[in-house]
Amino acid sequence: MTTEFQTVDHDVLVIGAGGAGLRAAIEAAASGVSVGVVCKSLLGKAHTVMAEGGVAAALANVDDRDSWRVHFADTMRGGQYLNNWRMAELHAREAPARVNELEAWGALFDRTPDGRILQRNFGGHRYPRLAHVGDRTGLEMIRTLQDHGIHKGIDVHMECTVLTLLRDGDRIAGAFAYDRERGRFRLFRARSVIVATGGIGRAYSITSNSWEYTGDGHALAYLAGAALQDMEFVQFHPTGMIWPPSVRGILVTEGVRGEGGVLRNRDGKRFMFENIPDNYKASTADNEEEGWRYTQGDKEARRPPELLTRDHVARMIVREVKEGRGSPHGGVYLDISWIKERLPNAAEHIRRKLPSMYHQFMQLAGIDITKEAMEIGPTTHYIMGGIRVDGDSQMSTVPGLFACGECAAGLHGANRLGGNSLSDLLVFGQRAGEYAARFAKDRPPVSVDQGEVQAAADRALAPFARHGGTEGPYQVQEALQTTMQNYVGIVRTEHEMERALAELDSLKQRADRVAVPGNREFNPGWHTALDLRHLMIVSEAITRSALARKESRGGHFRDDYPDKDPAFGTINHVTRLGPDGAMQLERQPIPPLPSELAAIIKEMQS
Amino acid sequence: MTAPGAVDAYTAAQTAQDATVGHGARSFRLWRGADGTGAFQDYTTEVNEGMVVLDAVQQIQAEQVNDLAVRWNCKAGKCGSCSAEINGKPKLMCMTRLDDLPADEPVTVEPMRAFPHVRDLVTDVSWNFRVKPRIQPFTPRAPDAPDGTWRIDQQDVERVQEFRKCIECFLCQDVCHVLRDHHLHDEFVGPRFLVYAAALEMHPLDTADRTTELKEQFGIGYCNITKCCTKVCPEHITITDNAIIPLKERVVDRHYDPLSALVRLVRGPKKS
Repeated sequence: MTTEFQTVDHDVLVIGAGGAGLRAAIEAAASGVSVGVVCKSLLGKAHTVMAEGGVAAALANVDDRDSWRVHFADTMRGGQYLNNWRMAELHAREAPARVNELEAWGALFDRTPDGRILQRNFGGHRYPRLAHVGDRTGLEMIRTLQDHGIHKGIDVHMECTVLTLLRDGDRIAGAFAYDRERGRFRLFRARSVIVATGGIGRAYSITSNSWEYTGDGHALAYLAGAALQDMEFVQFHPTGMIWPPSVRGILVTEGVRGEGGVLRNRDGKRFMFENIPDNYKASTADNEEEGWRYTQGDKEARRPPELLTRDHVARMIVREVKEGRGSPHGGVYLDISWIKERLPNAAEHIRRKLPSMYHQFMQLAGIDITKEAMEIGPTTHYIMGGIRVDGDSQMSTVPGLFACGECAAGLHGANRLGGNSLSDLLVFGQRAGEYAARFAKDRPPVSVDQGEVQAAADRALAPFARHGGTEGPYQVQEALQTTMQNYVGIVRTEHEMERALAELDSLKQRADRVAVPGNREFNPGWHTALDLRHLMIVSEAITRSALARKESRGGHFRDDYPDKDPAFGTINHVTRLGPDGAMQLERQPIPPLPSELAAIIKEMQS
Repeated sequence: MTAPGAVDAYTAAQTAQDATVGHGARSFRLWRGADGTGAFQDYTTEVNEGMVVLDAVQQIQAEQVNDLAVRWNCKAGKCGSCSAEINGKPKLMCMTRLDDLPADEPVTVEPMRAFPHVRDLVTDVSWNFRVKPRIQPFTPRAPDAPDGTWRIDQQDVERVQEFRKCIECFLCQDVCHVLRDHHLHDEFVGPRFLVYAAALEMHPLDTADRTTELKEQFGIGYCNITKCCTKVCPEHITITDNAIIPLKERVVDRHYDPLSALVRLVRGPKKS
């Protein structure tokens, strides 16, 4: 098979066309450099499209007590103070401007009675903060960025997958890729590269993530020498569909709880009122009446415990199942239909506020959520960890290589608050675009090592050359997902994770022997075989980081170390490719908070 | 310490569900071939309660034909990637439950027919991505408030939300006879982009006027309101009644109404 390739030159190459990649591309293009966007799917199909609840920004349209300072403190508390505090500060300060800018580009959010952008309650946010469009905010965002971006002179390379990043000495030089439709290779030369590839959910069996989420950006950056950080922190969203089995994992928005939905166990009990964490006790309702008033906008009321952070809610659900109080299909009940006791026209209200949830349950599960409770359970949703970046510029530890959105680490620390990912995309997409363009302008052209390109092409074609006695890519992928789900999931122990590491070793060998039939034209078997390498790397990074963190914090829960350990409260785990080709892990101390930010946190703790 | 091989209670409970679910064999006829040539091929696979067509196709792909070409993404009806013709009807594979299809005959799945074929169930939909930039982009009026923001009534937001729900699955384009049978892709933008134009024209902040392009470049006159597009829309957008007919009315008002033509002559062009 031919290893010929076409060469394409850009000043800035953006990998990924979700919210972060598109926002970065728009910003870079605005500064006059040539910008290319490479994406695995068609334009507008990226995972951002599935975000439901809203985008967090302290606009203070609904509650004027809100400000960037409160948003900053909420984000740090939610992240258990492992966050990159500079990112948390920039994010809270800049999110309102980024959301207003979307409106100038055509996004239409739901409104307050006086015509401003409406904001809803969400877990961990002290005030109603999420700008939203019913329960399809992600679609509105990606379509706005897409429709704005197509008029900005950006070259979009759709259905094109990056195989490897290329370097020129220490700095980044571009990427080598193949187009999915015809299987032809493409070499992108670029002075700076922005990785905006999203997450890793496909490393788990139960996930809300689409097929694209194979940790490409994490793995590409790692192989190019960049450091990864906080990889032990995976967010298991508490509410995914569980029945029928074929829809298991599909997300049920937190907006259901924001609108008054409650969690009940088999006995009809609202178990979330038990075990409220100490640092949230003062701000959480201790009775159902107060919780309901909060969801209806009563500023004096405290939030219902269903709106505690996602890590806590997910663990509480697992506890109910473990102790035999789960629902018939091994989850718990999420009920929004009960609000008919409180609201006239409740069914219509639910359909208007949560249209795609109504549709999703009706069509896929035959459940009318205005009449019955949903059955739900945790689903792998998001990775807080990712490429280690500079807070201001989003540049990784490799010069010219930038990262933004889910594949970058720092903003969310040990646990992400709902709504903070969409604002993350906008704030740091914009910053990555600006700084990557600046970097590209200041640097001479790159040259690419042809030997490296040839090696990548040969490696990509290898699965076609393996015949007989080997297994297919889907079986290895499924085995990997089972391993990660079973042994590095919501509840972790040293013994199980050691077992996962051993299995990952043998899975890597199996992946290297995978054979694919057919030819290079739109061949999903081939694509899956190539994605395996990236899945293995992120799975190993998650497992090694999780093993090293001998405590429980945020999204990382250890059955053998169930408590928080202050010694781990000041360090991030960093993984990188060692000179011997093995993964190295080290502890990096978190720089102390500047006094003004520390003062904000102290003030908001009261 | 937990025993070796143990998993958390929730994952274990979920895994256990798979054993309890009702199942049975089902046959499928999938279109196989490349670049416009091909034929149906028969497959049988084990299906269980609640499965959608995409599940079955993926299972066949994983177990029998690894290189079966199919485009999909979110598998939750939100991205609009897995459009195909199922038992002859344009649908999303991920939102079509097998138990809604006749059990006594094979389920046929073939690619959309209004676009060039690539391989198996995949078509080349890139034409759609070339059409969109031809439509005048969103052009907002000056901000209403000194801080650069606008004041909009919820009612005005809701009026266009229907159009903004579109997931760009292109099933409406697939079923439109102007594109599917008459191949007028150069003269007609299709229902998807009439909905897009309607979303812009009826956007409460937009000031651009697209009526002349709609008539002269986008071929709105080709639509004779057979409503096939509305019937297949997975987002239940009332494409013809709510988007296309009002746009046609705007075009008529602008170009055929002598009174408004006279007013325009006196006052200069203005958005209706």
